[in-house]
Amino acid sequence: MNEDNNNTDLARRRFMGGLAAAAAGTALAPGIVLVATAEAKPADQAVTSKVRWGMLIDTTKCADGCDACVRACNEENGLTRHDDPLRDAQWIRKVEVENPDTGYTHAFPVMCQHCAEPPCADVCPTGASFKRADGIVLVDKHICIGCRYCMMACPYKARSFVHEPLHDQKSYMPRGMGTVESCTFCVHRVDNGETTACVEACDKDGHQALVFGNLKDPNSEIARRLAKYGGTEIRKDLGLDPGVHYKGI
Amino acid sequence: MNHNDYSEIQGRSPGYIALLALLGVLILAGLIAAHAMETEGHHITGMTNQIVWGTPHVFAVFLIVAASGALNVASIASVFGRSMYKPLSRLSGLLAISLLVGGLAVLVLDLGRPDRLIVAMTTYNFKSIFAWNIFLYTGFMVIVAVYLWMMMERRMNTYSKPVGLFAFVWRLTLTTGTGSIFGFLVAREAYDSAIMAPMFIIMSFSFGLAIFLLLLMGLYRGTARPLGDKVLLRLKNLLGVFVAAVLYFVAVFHLTNLYITQHHGVERFILLDGGIYTELFWGVQVLLGGIVPLFLLYHPKLGRLRSSIALASVLVIVGGLAQVYVIIIGGQAYPLDLFPGMVVSSSFYDGVVNSYTPSLPEVLLGVGGVALAIAMVLVGVKVLRFLPRSLADAEVDPHHGATAEATAGQAPAPAGA
Repeated sequence: MNEDNNNTDLARRRFMGGLAAAAAGTALAPGIVLVATAEAKPADQAVTSKVRWGMLIDTTKCADGCDACVRACNEENGLTRHDDPLRDAQWIRKVEVENPDTGYTHAFPVMCQHCAEPPCADVCPTGASFKRADGIVLVDKHICIGCRYCMMACPYKARSFVHEPLHDQKSYMPRGMGTVESCTFCVHRVDNGETTACVEACDKDGHQALVFGNLKDPNSEIARRLAKYGGTEIRKDLGLDPGVHYKGI
Repeated sequence: MNHNDYSEIQGRSPGYIALLALLGVLILAGLIAAHAMETEGHHITGMTNQIVWGTPHVFAVFLIVAASGALNVASIASVFGRSMYKPLSRLSGLLAISLLVGGLAVLVLDLGRPDRLIVAMTTYNFKSIFAWNIFLYTGFMVIVAVYLWMMMERRMNTYSKPVGLFAFVWRLTLTTGTGSIFGFLVAREAYDSAIMAPMFIIMSFSFGLAIFLLLLMGLYRGTARPLGDKVLLRLKNLLGVFVAAVLYFVAVFHLTNLYITQHHGVERFILLDGGIYTELFWGVQVLLGGIVPLFLLYHPKLGRLRSSIALASVLVIVGGLAQVYVIIIGGQAYPLDLFPGMVVSSSFYDGVVNSYTPSLPEVLLGVGGVALAIAMVLVGVKVLRFLPRSLADAEVDPHHGATAEATAGQAPAPAGA
């Protein structure tokens, strides 16, 4: 199913790229042909399962009262607020967890956990919720019918439904009223070889609580830190194999 | 009962026209509400990122569940060979299709992108029970339509039994599919139970028959056609059995959960301190929708009164809506447990009981679906021969007089026969 999605996606992108190139070619003077569109990196390099993108969240480094990651995510993805907290989209949120027996409290970010076995993709009737070969769980906004079954199925409360008309969207992160969305691991950045906006913001503030990388590469920082210090996942008991790991919960 | 014993209703009385006009207004209001939701966005509803399925889903699921149950009357005649139910089969099939169309209309118009219905009909993920339901629902309409044709076309009558059997199996599968929408949600403690599927089946028996009974009494009263006690009392006894069975399944569902320590929180919420959900559960679902109808239906004197049977049917419907409301909305109001055993809070309403108030557009859309179903039946019985001219005792049971006399004769000496 996912492979199919990827293939379709790729075919579509190639087709669109071809169209754009053809259009550009006809628009310019004879003899000058613009081919840059077809050479964009994501279009000609298929996503492979040799990579599994993941994140390690070191809750011991996550600073009290800091929400730099949340603000960065909202800014990066154009998640404008409507002063309606019950309905505003939140792709990442800081959750405060207190152990009632000891009183120990700590807070850390929670977002789409990019499960290897995503329940959202299982229940999606049209296959709009899908997992890329590299482990990133996304919603295809073109075929999401807005049934919200994925929101019912997600154990992490990671998804938001777009309740209002949208304005001033980011060109690289198209959203749509009436569809469901969630953290994309900043797929537009990752496909260009960059890291996610939340990781960048956390590093910039000097906390370095978030590490993003390839879980399958034993030399990546995330793999090395997980191997050395260990980590766990939220609701590990559900057996969904999340790509987001936590240290200190 | 042969073909000529059925006839269309005249449908020219001011009452009939007024009723259709009222239903038309309600359908229009539902469409306007749906249009507003699509153009303005779902922020005009009571739904949020916490309660993602609201009142429209309550109506839609109720109607879809009742639809499969409404077909039961026909199934009892053709599958289980009870001839008394045979004259009711056509109406049973018509009601089943109408309720399903009403429910699906609500479900589809509540989608974030109802304009993409064609996508849902052409792009499938077969691991999703929703995708299967699209086939089960559309298939149900086709099969019941064929079943009606077999029953209504004399040359095809011989095929009505096998087609009826197929329709019966299909409807059981359909309700299993609807129950599994909830049963397959592993992360939600209020659902996540295999008993959801059989419980939805028995709920369908009860809701569908209650609606059928009300419709039957209403249509025969409105058209001044004879409706004997024989068939009515048989149906109301059956309704009583179904109501009791629903209560049994609800009891088993909660008892099982009460045994599982992990589920104590959600059980406490629904059964003890969930506010509106607890009130709806005990007050409306169990008491008004279960115990009171049982009393009305089985009381030796009250149980024979048509007003009691009608009241019991209304209460079963009201209790059924409450039950679906508690399952769908109550199940979402209870917070997801991301960190078992911990106290959790966030800007995204983690760890708190989610609030929900039905909004006008949602209620209008839901009621519009109900109106559509009723209107379809009313138009159906006017254009085609769905209703027997008479359901008087002597018509439905040719041995009626003889049996009564024999029984009377036997009273002093209860041997023989």
